[in-house]
Amino acid sequence: MAGEDRPDLMVEAEGGPPIAESARRAVEAVWRIESARIVGALARYTGDFPLAEDVAQEALAEALVAWSRDGAPANPVGWLLATARRRAIDGFRRRSALDARYALLAGQLSDGEFSAGAGAGVFPGRGPDAELPWDPDRVDDDVLALIFTACHPVLAPEARVALTLRVVGGLTSEEIAQAFLVSVPTVQARITRAKKTLAAAGVPFALPPAEERRERLGGVLSVLYVIFTEGSTAATGERLLRADLAYEALRLVRTLVALLPAEPEAYGLLALCELTSARFPARTGPDGEAVLLEDQDRRLWDRSAIRRGLASLGRASAFGRGLGPYGLQAAIAACHATAASVEETDWDRVVLLYEALGRVAPSPVVELNRAVAVAMATGPQQALALVDDLVASDRLSGSHLLPGVRGELLLRLGRTTEARTELELAARLCRNDRERAVLLRKAATIR
Amino acid sequence: MSKYMLIMRGTDESLAKMMETPFEEMLETMGRFNEEMIRAGVLVAAEGLDDPSQGVVVDFSGETPVVTDGPYGETKELFGGFYLIDVASKEEAVEWARRLPAFPGTKCEVRRVPGIDEFPQDNEWIVKERAWRERTGQI
Repeated sequence: MAGEDRPDLMVEAEGGPPIAESARRAVEAVWRIESARIVGALARYTGDFPLAEDVAQEALAEALVAWSRDGAPANPVGWLLATARRRAIDGFRRRSALDARYALLAGQLSDGEFSAGAGAGVFPGRGPDAELPWDPDRVDDDVLALIFTACHPVLAPEARVALTLRVVGGLTSEEIAQAFLVSVPTVQARITRAKKTLAAAGVPFALPPAEERRERLGGVLSVLYVIFTEGSTAATGERLLRADLAYEALRLVRTLVALLPAEPEAYGLLALCELTSARFPARTGPDGEAVLLEDQDRRLWDRSAIRRGLASLGRASAFGRGLGPYGLQAAIAACHATAASVEETDWDRVVLLYEALGRVAPSPVVELNRAVAVAMATGPQQALALVDDLVASDRLSGSHLLPGVRGELLLRLGRTTEARTELELAARLCRNDRERAVLLRKAATIR
Repeated sequence: MSKYMLIMRGTDESLAKMMETPFEEMLETMGRFNEEMIRAGVLVAAEGLDDPSQGVVVDFSGETPVVTDGPYGETKELFGGFYLIDVASKEEAVEWARRLPAFPGTKCEVRRVPGIDEFPQDNEWIVKERAWRERTGQI
């Protein structure tokens, strides 16, 4: 039923034969590529984002059943779009008794206004139907409107994340649940609630007006950054790195930059994600343990990701408006990416960049990182003074980061007993198993 | 997330088709496809090759390499260019390959590109290659 969140299709259909893995993967591949355009086009056309999302999910569920039974169709995109359209018409017919506008739209949809053609990029006269399934001049605005809707400020932060991954990224509820270590019903409940909230708040499916756009873009960037950081460092649990989630965020940032080529901070975030992901191959050791920046084998860093990151940072700088919070973080990441070793890093520049970042986006974590950079640039004594200020201000209590850094600085100053106490405290507070192991090992080696 | 190379292989049939297609039309068709991959955030690199008749073949069938100028004889699956894409699965790479605006007769090979971390890092030649990649910012 449209409007009701049914459980997503499981890989094993109940009582039936198991759905062929290859069919499921083929459906998911097409869906990842197409879902944003399908949901975006349907939402613009119907003016009803929640309905568009419902019928798109129904089309996906239908594809999983039909494709595993009959094999993938020759034109998967057209198939999905036609199915979603049929579902939308059914939905309108159900609602048309209540609302004349739906009756009108159902008629127009049936007349093929929203035609289900082949995918774009087919030579005229080739394929079953060379017509574009959507208006190529509108598709960018549709996808952008979708991104802004999914990241709308009326939504709770975790709802923005789930909705963005599902409607823009094309991830299933299962994939989102796995990525965030929550249950599938939890993800579904967040998405259902998000759609109800958007409907209740009367949020139109549209690009934000010009005067709101920059502020709203900040909200979009922060959602994508949250997804990226969640993928780069899991706060809890076994795996230090859920690279797939981070890469999905990176892909979405690339999409955003392609759609908004005049926004320096979007380039800044892209640079930050590229430069951070460049280190992924070096961040876990052979047994999956965390490897700190100073111990990483820099030969494992992905050079092409670094090159793309530096290019993107160059674009952000070239606007001449000064770097924002993401651009500054990217500039710091660039200092690391271009240094052959920890010793050869331009720590003075890193300190300056952290000072700038602390002014445009003040946070205790930035202060802490500045302290670490100061330790590298001028020595542990000055850094300890900064860290002690942080302790006194009580702004990072409960986080393992502060005692972790403090312990490290005390160790360098030869105050071993205090250092061990701090590192053990950090280990107790740390929620990531792998990071905790690193802290405990370090504490245990102190004589 | 893995890198895949989509390798375009042309034949006489597809080359002939390409020759009779107006250049502008071809640019637009390829451009639209490329734009889709850029919009989807998956395109990392792409290159296409010049007219094969301008090429040279070095043949290692005999004792010593034999060099012959183009044009080629009958061409079967002649390498014409590549896309390098960054995708979540092999199926996604295949789905992009299916969408190539290719002329009839073309074949597209989909091959995974192993990451540098899949090679022995202490091998001196891997070390040298890393150094070159660092200097030049290569893929």
